[in-house]
Amino acid sequence: MTAFRTQLSATQGFVERNWALTRRYIGWEVVWIVYSAVSTLTIGLIGVDSQGIVGQERVLYLLIGALLWSYLSVLFQIMGETVAWERWEGTIEYTFMAPVHRFTYLMGQGLYGITYSLIRTGIILAITVFFFDLDMSNANLLGGFVVLAVASFSFMGLGLLAAVLPLISTERGAQATHIIQGLLLLMSSVYYPVTVLPGWMQPLARLNPATFCLDAVRATWIGGASLADVMPQLLSLLATGLVLVPLGVQIFQIGERYALRTGKLKRNG
Amino acid sequence: MSVALEVIDLTKSFLEEDEENERTWYRFWQKRPQRKITAVDSVSFHVKRGEIYGILGPNGSGKSTLIRLISTLLIPDGGTVRVLGKDAFKETAAVRRMINRVSVDAAFFKKLSAMENLGYAARLYGLDLKEARSRAGVIMERMGLPAKKWNSPLENLSRGQQQKVAIARALMTRPQLLLLDEPTTGLDPQSKREVQEYVLEVQREFGTTVILTSHDMDESARLCQQVAFIVDGRFRAEGTPPQLLARYGAKDLEEVFFAATGKSLKSDEEEVAG
Repeated sequence: MTAFRTQLSATQGFVERNWALTRRYIGWEVVWIVYSAVSTLTIGLIGVDSQGIVGQERVLYLLIGALLWSYLSVLFQIMGETVAWERWEGTIEYTFMAPVHRFTYLMGQGLYGITYSLIRTGIILAITVFFFDLDMSNANLLGGFVVLAVASFSFMGLGLLAAVLPLISTERGAQATHIIQGLLLLMSSVYYPVTVLPGWMQPLARLNPATFCLDAVRATWIGGASLADVMPQLLSLLATGLVLVPLGVQIFQIGERYALRTGKLKRNG
Repeated sequence: MSVALEVIDLTKSFLEEDEENERTWYRFWQKRPQRKITAVDSVSFHVKRGEIYGILGPNGSGKSTLIRLISTLLIPDGGTVRVLGKDAFKETAAVRRMINRVSVDAAFFKKLSAMENLGYAARLYGLDLKEARSRAGVIMERMGLPAKKWNSPLENLSRGQQQKVAIARALMTRPQLLLLDEPTTGLDPQSKREVQEYVLEVQREFGTTVILTSHDMDESARLCQQVAFIVDGRFRAEGTPPQLLARYGAKDLEEVFFAATGKSLKSDEEEVAG
């Protein structure tokens, strides 16, 4: 029971620490929200025809892609940069020396990542709806956010797989996480249907949780689908999360043992 | 007196890139030539409960690697570390609950305040936040860190002040084994004195066992009941300061160090001070 309480306390510690850091870097938070909002708007404007008529469905298709990509990349970044940031600050040895299970460490980061990304996406969604004067009366907004929350576990798992890279290679590892992120973007239906991808890439795109997530969110926000309607995608997302999260933790622990054996945990090592 | 720390035949080596054999940039896929560096070489010693044990050696002698091995931050090539009877590499979680460490570089989230950093550390050890902050406050006050600094971002504090917060972070968790890796290096004489006095106070009050690595012979003579000299990863001499002085017929530990290792620590002290 005491051990469980310690892990719970540590989870709270990770969330509180990240919140404190977000507050300290509030200027940057504003910059990134403005930047993401502007990027989303410019992508949405592709859906407006030359007469200035807003094609509601076309604009929403693109906006949802841009919003989701912004959501997933922030979550992925928080997970993926967990280690890179701690190495940069030099605190990683203190965090790893504490009696905290790696699952707790990674879940604490993930919990904050999901909450933060959901709030940020909500703000950008409100800005875009206002800008394009979109009619969202038919949309199942809550359903879309539920899909996002469920999809987050799959992305946390992928983030964990990426987080191990800076652990085993200080500089190149952090760079490689961006490659993974880029491949996820390419092999999903963020701005185009999967069918436009080259034939060999399509099966990979169909395994990508971003693809299920986008299909389900578009169905709820454009078509007003209920959660029951998008149950197949939700179940696929749940199954992917159930595989990816334990796999991510396991691989992270293997990476940690490698770092402890080779002395890579040290900041300048 | 029972044993708090037992280190048996501990060995750790690393592979380092051979800087002399540079690889051309366009052959980035090729592995650079590497050479093996033995940082800790068959080291054995034990420390009694409540004792302050000093490990003295020049830069690069293996002191920090030894501390990292005891801290469970490295996996050894061979050997055993037991903390209060628990194997550090097999019962890692239990050992982590009993130890804490202060390193030469006070590593923190520098944008956060001392109290925010301490709050984070308290959560990691499952401590009650209020009690932990109150304990940390007492420690920081005792070491002369003014309360008005506690809520400033750590980047605004001097190195000495940051080091005092680092010591508060470690002691707040009431470790049974405290690992101090050159905690006073680079501090001004007054801060150094305050930290040294507090280490002695902690030993007296809580019976904490302390491993202290240092370049500073006077500090070691003042604080440590046992001292070991390490050079190139190997222990060259070990004993109480009076025993070592008698064994080598020396007037101070600096002379003992020179007699036992053929090297001087003076140049390292100057390098650090510079």
